Amino acid sequence: MTHMNGARGNGASTPAITVNGLWKVFGKRGEKALAPEYQGIPRAEIQDALDCVVALRDVSFQVAEGETFVVMGLSGSGKSTLVRCIIRLIEPTAGEILIDGQDVLQFDDKTVNEFRRNQVAMVFQHYGLLPHRSVIENAAYGLEVRGVEQSERLDRAAAMLEKVGLSGREYAAPRELSGGMQQRVGLARALTVDPAILLMDEPFSGLDPLIRAQMREELAELQSEMKKTIVFITHDLDEAITVGGRIAIMRDGEIIQLGTPEEIVDSPTDEFVQEFTRGISKTRVLPISRIMEPPCCVASQDDSPKSVMQTMSMSNHSYVFITDENQECVGIATKEQIASCGADQQDSLENIDAHQPQAIPADTSIEKALPLIIGHDFPIPVTNDQGELLGMASQSAILEVIAQSAKDNAQPVEPAPASA
Amino acid sequence: MRFPTRNDAISETSLHQISPVMMRFKGAFLLLAGMGLAILVSFLVHRFHVPGALDFPVDIGNPLTDSIDGAVEWLVINLAWFFDAISDNLKIALGKLRDFLVWVPWPVMVATVLMVGWKVATFKIGLASAVALALIGAVDLWEAAMVTVAIMLVSVAISVIIGLSIGVLASKSDWVDAGIRPILDGMQTMPAFVYLVPGIMFFGLGNVPAVIATVLYSIPPCIRLTNLGIRQVDPSVVEAGRAFGSSRIQLLTKVQIPLAVPTIMAGINQTVMLALAMATIAAMVGAGGLGLEVLRAMGQLEQGDAFVAGVAIVILAIIVDRISQGYITSRRRSTE
Ligand SMILES: Nc1ncnc2c1ncn2[C@@H]1O[C@H](COP(=O)(O)OP(=O)(O)O)[C@@H](O)[C@H]1O
Ligand SMILES: [Mg+2]
Repeated sequence: MTHMNGARGNGASTPAITVNGLWKVFGKRGEKALAPEYQGIPRAEIQDALDCVVALRDVSFQVAEGETFVVMGLSGSGKSTLVRCIIRLIEPTAGEILIDGQDVLQFDDKTVNEFRRNQVAMVFQHYGLLPHRSVIENAAYGLEVRGVEQSERLDRAAAMLEKVGLSGREYAAPRELSGGMQQRVGLARALTVDPAILLMDEPFSGLDPLIRAQMREELAELQSEMKKTIVFITHDLDEAITVGGRIAIMRDGEIIQLGTPEEIVDSPTDEFVQEFTRGISKTRVLPISRIMEPPCCVASQDDSPKSVMQTMSMSNHSYVFITDENQECVGIATKEQIASCGADQQDSLENIDAHQPQAIPADTSIEKALPLIIGHDFPIPVTNDQGELLGMASQSAILEVIAQSAKDNAQPVEPAPASA
Repeated sequence: MRFPTRNDAISETSLHQISPVMMRFKGAFLLLAGMGLAILVSFLVHRFHVPGALDFPVDIGNPLTDSIDGAVEWLVINLAWFFDAISDNLKIALGKLRDFLVWVPWPVMVATVLMVGWKVATFKIGLASAVALALIGAVDLWEAAMVTVAIMLVSVAISVIIGLSIGVLASKSDWVDAGIRPILDGMQTMPAFVYLVPGIMFFGLGNVPAVIATVLYSIPPCIRLTNLGIRQVDPSVVEAGRAFGSSRIQLLTKVQIPLAVPTIMAGINQTVMLALAMATIAAMVGAGGLGLEVLRAMGQLEQGDAFVAGVAIVILAIIVDRISQGYITSRRRSTE
């Protein structure tokens, strides 16, 4: 990166992308739509009055370094306009876009090109591959434009093609490949330049559902390795939830809600968002911590079987969570196991033969936690990042939530939002 | 059926009596009436010898031609170095090319056409072209054909170089596009003969004015289709090119022109065909070649010779067209 600037103190606190009050109005008299008297007036009415399209309306957000930020909305809501403004393929009408502390909108033509060559790369819905070039020449395009020597750029392109699963197809023509394959080329082309920021405009929307799911998975895999800052556009909330960290939901050029999948599914700001979330099963986005209960009965490893036995009898619990000195859960024991431990004349629980199920991190989604819980007749420990015991998740609690969610989904659901 | 029109008010009053059928064919009636009137007036003029009705009272023809003569003369004298340079270089290029084409033994030429046709288009086209070319040799028009080919090739080379440049400029600038559009429209509606005029004005008679006329005549499709081809390139591919930081030149040479090639080639194909046509007509300003053979034979009332030379021209045109069309088709298949 050439535009690194020394001013940033600590990487984590400076967002990779900051968008402030961004407007884009298509049309001759576009600036007029920014006037205060049009504030709060619906987009369609502004269009009638001024004969211009308000594609972005005072959009602001920040994306942290390494974050996957998802922008979701129906067709025409301004998603593509938004990413194209970030890379200056479209000139915004007003606002500010800071990347690495520099306002992209102040760049002159030459700097914009440098910025595009070195800091951002984009993946397009319709791939945008050069049909007259082979796959590898397409993947190397960004480096070629940058002036990297041929042998080096082909090497790097080949390495990236291998990463996206296209080795062996380097010299195929794009038109010989399936849609999914072509989009892999698009992805490889973007990643070959090793950009800090990756912009993806509905990259998987044109693909079959199966291929789509597969591509998402592969992207997640690549991302866990590369830690790019990604702005991911989609018109599909399901995809948004699978891919993303935070999600911004757009309507008519405005962000109407911005939050984690959990926040959006749990507390949609209005009916429009709620409509989107209808088809989404809550178990997919709600973390296990939402249905965990406080651990029924906790004992330290050092406790004597006898005292533990007493506590259990008094509180009438059939299981006890055993923790070590770091509050980490080392096992779950039944009354019988405690009793047999006591019968062996042991004065602590250190060597007890207890159940040792895999603990579930508290931020795991209910859906993912499901297979870890079902099939055990004892509750499963839920832990925080440090592995400390936070609570327990029981089979009955999880069945309850699944039953509830099935009931919600059984309600007549309107047809899914039309695809873009 | 009645059409409510703005004439309704009138038809209510003065035209009230006119039948609806006549209203419907009003335009045709007016036209017929006008023509009748014109013939009547012409008849009366001749009958009564109206003075001045048959001769124009003024004649500005002479002063106009005189002033053009003067202007051209002035240019020819003052820009002699310029016209001489063009003329000399064209003469050298034409002469060298013609000498070369005639120097190549006909079997070699025929074999070359076979190979080129085969590689660029199909074997069938290659073979047919080779046989057709041999036929031209068989009717003793080989040298004449090579002269025509030389004029055509030199003109096409010039047309393509200039045409591509202007076409690219026009595709990049809406101003240039708007500026050249009426000029191109005008050029393409002008009869072929008119193109011979500027050549004669500045270069006299011979092969040089023939090349000038041929270039002027054949350049519009090259400009138009280059412009169109570049403007028609899939915008999503252009956008991707821009997103990766291509400079304007890189965008042009790496994305737009390669993708416009099939369209540009279609333009060049038309340019070649027009050039061949003009290289023939240019016999009227003293160019050699097949056109001259036709002209000479017709002047001497040798219908057979004229016919054979005419057919040779057609054969040449078909060979050139088939091969270049074949190239466009195969190229288009590979880029789409
Ligand atoms: N070049 C343009 N000129 C005029 N209006 C445009 C242009 N590009 C997009 N728009 C309009 O801006 C709005 C947002 O478009 P877009 O950003 O493409 O939406 P999305 O990507 O969410 O489908 C749409 O109403 C669209 O018609
Ligand atoms: Mg879009």
